[in-house]
Amino acid sequence: MAESVALCRPEVVCAYPITPQTHIVEALGEMVKSGRLKRCEFINVESEFAALSVAIGASGAGARSYTATASQGLLYMTEAVYNASGLGLPIVMTIGNRAIGAPINIWNDHSDSMSVRDSGWLQLYAETNQEAADLHIQAFRLAEELSLPVMVCMDGFILTHAYERVDVPSQEEVDAWLPPFEPRQVLDPAAPLSIGSLVGPEAFTEVRYLAHRAQLQALERIPELSREFARAFGRNSGGLVRGYRTEEADADAEILVVALGSVNGTIQEVIDELRDDGVRIGSVSICSYRPFPFDVLRETLGRARQVVVVEKCLAVGTGGIVSMEVQTALTGLPVKVSTVVAGLGGRPITRKSLRETFERANRGQLPPLTFLDLNEDAVSRELERQSERRCSGPTAENILRDLRTAALRPA
Amino acid sequence: MSFTQIKFYQTGTFTIGNRLLGEEDRSIQSAADRANSLNCGHRACQGCGEALGARYAIDAAMRASKGRLVVANATGCLEVFVTPYPESSWQIAWMHSLFGNAPAVATGIAAAMKVKGREDVRVLAQGGDGGTTDIGFACLSGMFERNDDVLYVCYDNEAYMNTGVQRSSATPAAARTATTPALGVEPGNRFGQGKSIPLIAMAHQIPYVATASVANLRDLEDKIERATLLRGARYVHVHVPCPLGWGSEPRDTIKVARLAVETGFFPLFEAEFGEVSSHTTIRRRVPVEEYLRPQKRFAHLFHPVTDADRIARLQAIADRNIERFHLLD
Repeated sequence: MAESVALCRPEVVCAYPITPQTHIVEALGEMVKSGRLKRCEFINVESEFAALSVAIGASGAGARSYTATASQGLLYMTEAVYNASGLGLPIVMTIGNRAIGAPINIWNDHSDSMSVRDSGWLQLYAETNQEAADLHIQAFRLAEELSLPVMVCMDGFILTHAYERVDVPSQEEVDAWLPPFEPRQVLDPAAPLSIGSLVGPEAFTEVRYLAHRAQLQALERIPELSREFARAFGRNSGGLVRGYRTEEADADAEILVVALGSVNGTIQEVIDELRDDGVRIGSVSICSYRPFPFDVLRETLGRARQVVVVEKCLAVGTGGIVSMEVQTALTGLPVKVSTVVAGLGGRPITRKSLRETFERANRGQLPPLTFLDLNEDAVSRELERQSERRCSGPTAENILRDLRTAALRPA
Repeated sequence: MSFTQIKFYQTGTFTIGNRLLGEEDRSIQSAADRANSLNCGHRACQGCGEALGARYAIDAAMRASKGRLVVANATGCLEVFVTPYPESSWQIAWMHSLFGNAPAVATGIAAAMKVKGREDVRVLAQGGDGGTTDIGFACLSGMFERNDDVLYVCYDNEAYMNTGVQRSSATPAAARTATTPALGVEPGNRFGQGKSIPLIAMAHQIPYVATASVANLRDLEDKIERATLLRGARYVHVHVPCPLGWGSEPRDTIKVARLAVETGFFPLFEAEFGEVSSHTTIRRRVPVEEYLRPQKRFAHLFHPVTDADRIARLQAIADRNIERFHLLD
């Protein structure tokens, strides 16, 4: 990933360690220090809040700026996340998707980036490491064209810590595709301007509306850039959504699975198995989550009888996050939408469990909201402890103790 | 069109008046070639010490940098009263991001200038005491510790004035604020709290730290000019009375600021790489009572009865400063 970012010639890189993105900025630091990545300032900051703030200053002064974070770090910089987009600064940030505590958990899910989905940043989710590498190159161009910041979201550990062969383009190829950064606004003593004024009710709506409009513009630019990228680099990466077994002979799909990120790979394998068994099923991977491609999804999913949204996040008290928007896309159409919350805190999403879930959907028995592989016994034992006495102790620790005891029990 | 430059001098002080200085050394309140970085038309209150301090500080930095200056501003009074959209009083390249990140934003600007080969451009960050000593402290310490090429100027009016006078970690003991009311057994702000950012800045061993006051604008200008031309992390802490928050008369801003200096309450000094290198001697030492009396935030020390004990404790703080910084030598 660092190689891919370096090819984009970032001018300021701010680094603060947090698992699972740390090795990306570490590698960039090494490249700067060794002189391989020239004309780049690498700054070790004291927090994620400072990391993005440094990027804000650098971008405001006209430098191509990059940082990376995850989980708690993204939350810690949230104020600056909104600020960067509000100021229209085209910063690119990698998110190594990771759960949010408490309980503290370093493994993968999408709770972090989902928590800032409405911050005005574009959010692109990578399915594979190749796509993550490619998306960074596309992200800088997209961000700078629209003067909006972009998050490239890649699943923590599953992608960030995986070894796989990735085609890294040459510097000449990237230079030809990604022009130097020409800022829309820049801090220049020779042409002084004020950036970041206090805006009252008389103009705030217009400023926000224009930010919304700029995001909608990205709905046009993202597929165009993906096509341009394919022409230049010879492979498909990015775009708004990508269907799997939804076209031509498979256009008959009655069940369509929707997901973001690397889990699409597992889903596609299960779909192949079920197709072999004669189940009419396909899937749609959402790459551009912000802006949300309502129209494309309505067109793609509208033909199905049942849509199953597999999502690695949970809106506590509501249920699915992605599925709410999928439902909005399908308003008025006779399509049943079910949410499957899966893979929270890094729990493996297995082919077996997905297959069972999709088969249930095929039988018309999948409820509106399910939690994949939820250990109902452990949950009910904890509920019992809580009802037994007021001072039942911390839930997370109780469940861990309970599971260990259960593991020691003779089968 | 020809014009005659009129030079003013300040009255009611023991400082050397302009009349006694040579023509070339006299201060100029306004001139055609002055940057007027903070232009007229802003919305600061009458007698605002921060507006005065910022006007002199930024113009001095503009002079020193030959107009090649970029400023990052923390949220606060100074940000709010200068840029009510779509107007701006700034005649300079200026950016406001957040309350707590001005030092980091400045670090980013300086990095961008370096990478673009524009090291002739000087970067200045500024904020009030809340944005500096409290919410922006982590970013400030980080900027100091990395010795980033930034001059940070804090305009210290000793409370959160923009939100209606709440206590900050720069609020002096006994002062009444909205969150330290003059009630109970220890009315006003508690003794034994607060921190000195200049001393903390010195602990980072940065190239330059100075304190300054709007009571002595020439000294403020000198320090800012000097700081502007140095490299690495630099810090200037400017004492700026706030008539609204302190309950002093707008016309007394300079007077109150001067009393803070003359009592020893606000020591003026410079430090290089962690060592005090100069200080401004108190020419006429005055008891703290003279500083406290014109300010309503200390009114409970005098009414309904004089609180001799607390006044003595405040005097002890001033005495300690005088001793520590050798202010009478």
